[in-house]
Amino acid sequence: MSSEQKKPRSYMNPYLGGVLLGLVLLAANLISGRGLGASGAIKDTVVTAVKTVAPTHYWNTAYYKENAKDTHPMHSWLVYQVMGVFVGGFLSGVLSGRMKWKVEHSPKITSRRRLIFAASGGLLFGFGAQLGRGCTSGSALSGMAVLSVGGFVTMAAIFGTAFVLAYFFRKNWI
Amino acid sequence: MAPFIVYDLISENMNLFLAFIIGIGFGFALEQSGFSSSRKLAGMFYGYDTTVLKVFFTAAIVAMLGLLFSSLFGWVNLEYVYINPTFLTSAIVGGVIMGAGFIMGGFCPGTSFCAAAIGKIDAFVFIGAMLAGTFVFTEGYSIWERLYNAQYLGYPTVSELLGIAPGTLVFLIILAALGMFWMGEWAEKKFPREEY
Repeated sequence: MSSEQKKPRSYMNPYLGGVLLGLVLLAANLISGRGLGASGAIKDTVVTAVKTVAPTHYWNTAYYKENAKDTHPMHSWLVYQVMGVFVGGFLSGVLSGRMKWKVEHSPKITSRRRLIFAASGGLLFGFGAQLGRGCTSGSALSGMAVLSVGGFVTMAAIFGTAFVLAYFFRKNWI
Repeated sequence: MAPFIVYDLISENMNLFLAFIIGIGFGFALEQSGFSSSRKLAGMFYGYDTTVLKVFFTAAIVAMLGLLFSSLFGWVNLEYVYINPTFLTSAIVGGVIMGAGFIMGGFCPGTSFCAAAIGKIDAFVFIGAMLAGTFVFTEGYSIWERLYNAQYLGYPTVSELLGIAPGTLVFLIILAALGMFWMGEWAEKKFPREEY
């Protein structure tokens, strides 16, 4: 039984987890009049980095010039929300005994292969989220909650593509 | 009356502080549901774990119903709740690229933050690559600017598009979700796996 006790606690019932997530999303809409997000904070970070490292380039490049804000880009709703995501994830991991440094991957592949695919996937997701004006949370989930056509379209495109391509990447996961 | 920030019930700084608190709830809900595991997330696309489907649609329905009832009771003015704009081309092309990134990388942005928070090294790599992908987008913006702004439809909702009441639409979405949940439960029995 002692080895049993060392195991991390099991995950929450998914429907209960969904209710919890839905209430958080509802709170964001009622308090701040907006949905949840993640990729927007990535964009703020990139914009800030460019502004700091290469200010001349920043003021000469279309995207940064057109989207320049009066306030500091890191002083944004989404940046604070994403900081919260780290804290919330950390608290949950501590409470459930899941804190551990590791590269998670299928036993059929090496850590190296997992990291190469994580990098490729991240590169695509980062680009796609900017093009699609938001990711799974900001565009798909939050957009669906307010019944936005764009939200439903993005959701269908993300999940549809992943289903179609799943066969080619099965070795990585199963 | 909600949204609180629009009706000056909270200050701008309080709004940002509450964003942090909302983020804690967001991260906690994701991690407790197992979204810090890429293998669990990817399981969605092989039928061995449909947690993503269940959590995602339950959350969307709870928020939809919450907004609908809050509006009905006069607690919220939906005119001031942000509705995502629809740029049809970029929604599809961006979604397809994100879908490819999802099945290769095993995370989406929000879940990668959660996974990094509990020490997943693959999540840190994913986040670093997302920063790079975003940088490619902002630097090359003039190349895809037309694609980015093509087929702008304004801020349509699905209920407006179909010409039905929002309540009727949400009811239909709930029925569709129940059907998908039933399929998910069936698939998990058919393709059993160990917990990650």
